[in-house]
Amino acid sequence: MSTLEIKDLHVSVILDDENTKPILKGVNLTIKSGEIHAIMGPNGSGKSTLASTIAGHPKYTVDSGEILLDGEDVTAMSVDERARAGLFLAMQYPVEIPGVTMSNFLRSAKTAVSGEAPALRTWTKDVKGAMNQLKIDPDFVSRNVNEGFSGGEKKRHEILQLELLQPKFGILDETDSGLDIDALQVVSEGVNRAHEANDLGVMLITHYTRILRYIKPDFVHVFVDGHVADQGGPELAERLEEEGYVGYLQGAKA
Amino acid sequence: MTDQIKQDQTETPENVGGVHVGEARPAIPGMDQEGEKLSPDLATDDTIGARKSANAGENGSQVMHSRAERPWSFDVADFSVPNGREEEWRFTPIKKLAPLFEDAATDEVEGGPAVEVSFDGPESWLSGELASGQAPRDTVLRPADRAAVVGSANAPQATYVRIPENAEHEAPVAVRIEGKSASARSNSHVVIEAGENSHSTLVIEHTGSAIHNGNVEIIVGQGATLTVISLQRWQDDTLHVGQHDAEVGKDAHYKHISVTLGGDVVRLNSNVRFSDEGGNAQLFGLYFADAGQHLEHRSFVDHNAPRNTSNVLYKGALQGEKAHTVWVGDVLIQKAAEGTDSYEKNQNLVLTDGARADSVPNLEIETGIIEGAGHASTTGQLDDEHLWYLMARGIPEKQARRLVVRGFLYEIIQQIGDADLEDSLMEALEDELAISNN
Repeated sequence: MSTLEIKDLHVSVILDDENTKPILKGVNLTIKSGEIHAIMGPNGSGKSTLASTIAGHPKYTVDSGEILLDGEDVTAMSVDERARAGLFLAMQYPVEIPGVTMSNFLRSAKTAVSGEAPALRTWTKDVKGAMNQLKIDPDFVSRNVNEGFSGGEKKRHEILQLELLQPKFGILDETDSGLDIDALQVVSEGVNRAHEANDLGVMLITHYTRILRYIKPDFVHVFVDGHVADQGGPELAERLEEEGYVGYLQGAKA
Repeated sequence: MTDQIKQDQTETPENVGGVHVGEARPAIPGMDQEGEKLSPDLATDDTIGARKSANAGENGSQVMHSRAERPWSFDVADFSVPNGREEEWRFTPIKKLAPLFEDAATDEVEGGPAVEVSFDGPESWLSGELASGQAPRDTVLRPADRAAVVGSANAPQATYVRIPENAEHEAPVAVRIEGKSASARSNSHVVIEAGENSHSTLVIEHTGSAIHNGNVEIIVGQGATLTVISLQRWQDDTLHVGQHDAEVGKDAHYKHISVTLGGDVVRLNSNVRFSDEGGNAQLFGLYFADAGQHLEHRSFVDHNAPRNTSNVLYKGALQGEKAHTVWVGDVLIQKAAEGTDSYEKNQNLVLTDGARADSVPNLEIETGIIEGAGHASTTGQLDDEHLWYLMARGIPEKQARRLVVRGFLYEIIQQIGDADLEDSLMEALEDELAISNN
C-alpha cells in the first residue's frame, strides 16, 4: 500500500529568466494505492500544472508545500528518480524523439525502473501482448518514439508504457482529449487493466465527464483557480455534467 | 526550452481543410514562413541557360535576384578565382581551398594518379569512360562555381556506371575514391545512370588523404529508384570540393545521402532537378565536425517541372574549438512547377562551446499553385523536451542524453537501408562522440 500526499502545494510557472506566475494556490490531495481520483475543472485552472509538477517538469517551481510519496519528499528528486520511485505521467502532448525507436526506448525505460534488464523472451512477449490489447500495430516497435503518430496513437502508447512500467501511481493528464469513442474505450480498458493488475493509484485529470463512463472514479475533485474547490464521490461528476463549472467560476470571482 | 513548451501548450491541428499544418507544413502552403521570395515578375523566358549568358563572367559581384540566376558554364574562364566576398563563398575558408581553384590536372603519386577510383559491383555495369562532352556526361552536371568548372575541365575521363533497365540490386554497389597524398591535387568525374525501372543503391566512398575535386552527375531514368550515398571518410588533412547534380525522370525516386565525418575542409553541393512529372527527390546529409574542421554542404532543389516532390534534411553535430559547419539550402519552385510539394530542414546539435554552425534556408516560389513548401532550421544544444520525456520514464539523464544524441544522428543513418553500412557509420559516430564524452 502506497500513498501520494500533496500538502498545501503552491507552484509557479517560469515564464522567462525573471518572471514567474503563480498557478497552484494551496492544493491538498491524498491518493492511496488502488484508488481512482478524478480531477476535473475548467481550462486554465491548473490541472495540468499539478500533473507536470508531480512529475518534475523544469518549467514549474514549487514555492511552498510538499509532495510526499510514502512519506518521501518527491520535490527533492530529479525527474528520473521520481519515475523510478513509482510515479508515471501519461502526458497530454507526448514528445516525438527522432532516431530513438520505440523498442529501444521501452527496454531502456523498463531497465531503468526495475533496476535490471528484462529477460528478452518474456519482455518481447509482454510488449506484444500489451500492444495487441491496446490495438497498436506491431510495426510501431520499430518506429521512432511518437514520431508521426496520430494524436490517438500517442495516447495509446502512453497507456502502453503505463502498463509495461507498472508504476505505483499513474497521473493521466487529459488522456481523453482528442480521442474518438473507440480509442477512448481502448485506452480506458488499458488504465483499468493497470489498475487491477498493479493496484495502481490513479489521478485522472480531465475536462469532460465522458471518460468517467469507462474509468469509474472513487473520488471526484473540482479544481478551480489553482486549488481544490469541491470534492465528493462519483455523484459529483454527474452533477458537473448537468451544471458545468459555472457555479464554481462565479464563486472564484466573488 | 521555453519555445518548445509554448509549442506544446497549444494543440496544433495536424490537418486543416486537407492541408497539413504545424511544424510539417505552413497553413497556407509556402506563404507563412519567413525567407521565401515571391517573384511573380521574373521574366518568362527564364531557362537557366538564358540567365547564364547575362551573368557569367562577372565574378559573382552582381546582386542576384534568384538562385536561378546563378551562372553556370563549362568554360574555366567564366569563373575567376573567388575572393571570399561572393555570396556562395562567404562562409568558406578560401585560402585553404586555393589549390582546388587552380586549373590543374591530377598529380601523380608514386607513378599513379593521386586518387585511385575503383568500382565494386556487377562488372557489366561499368560502361567504360566518358570524355568531356561525351553523352551522357555533361548533360546533367552544370558547373556552377570555380571549383566545379576546374574539376570538370581537368577530368578527361569520367567513370561511367550504367545500371541496366529493370535491374534489381539489393546490396549497395560502390565507387571507391582513395586519396594517396595530402599534398597532391586530384580530379574525378563520375557519371551514374539508373536505367528505367531499376532499383539500386550506389555508395561513393572517399578515403585516404587528398586535395580532391570530384564531380558526380546522376541520371535517374523513368520509374527508377536510386539511392546515392556519398561518404566522406577522409583523413583529417584532406581538402575536398564536389558538385553532385542529378536529374530525376518521370515517376522516379532519387535519394542522395551525404555523410561527412573526415576532412579538413569539405564543401559539397548536392543539386537536383526534374525532367518530367511524378518524381521524388530526397536530399539527406549528416556531418560531424571536430575542432578546426570546416564541413560545408549546399543543396539546391530546382522544381523546374510540375507535380514533383522533394524533401531535404541535413543534420549536423559539432564539437571543439573552431569546428565549423555550413548548410545552405536553396529550393526554387519555378513558375511551371505547379503542384510541387517541397520541404527542407537543417538541424545542428552543438555539443561544446567554441563551435559555429551557419544555416541558411532559401525558398523561392514563383507560383502559388503548389501543394506545399516549407523550411525550418534549428541550431542548439540538446532539446530539453526530449530529455524530459525520457527521464520522465525513469531513464537517468546521462543515458537519456546518449539516446537523444544518437537518435538525432541516427535519423539520417536510418535512411541508408543497409545494415552493414549503417553499423559501420554508427561505429564511426561512436568514436566521434567519445571525443566529447557524449
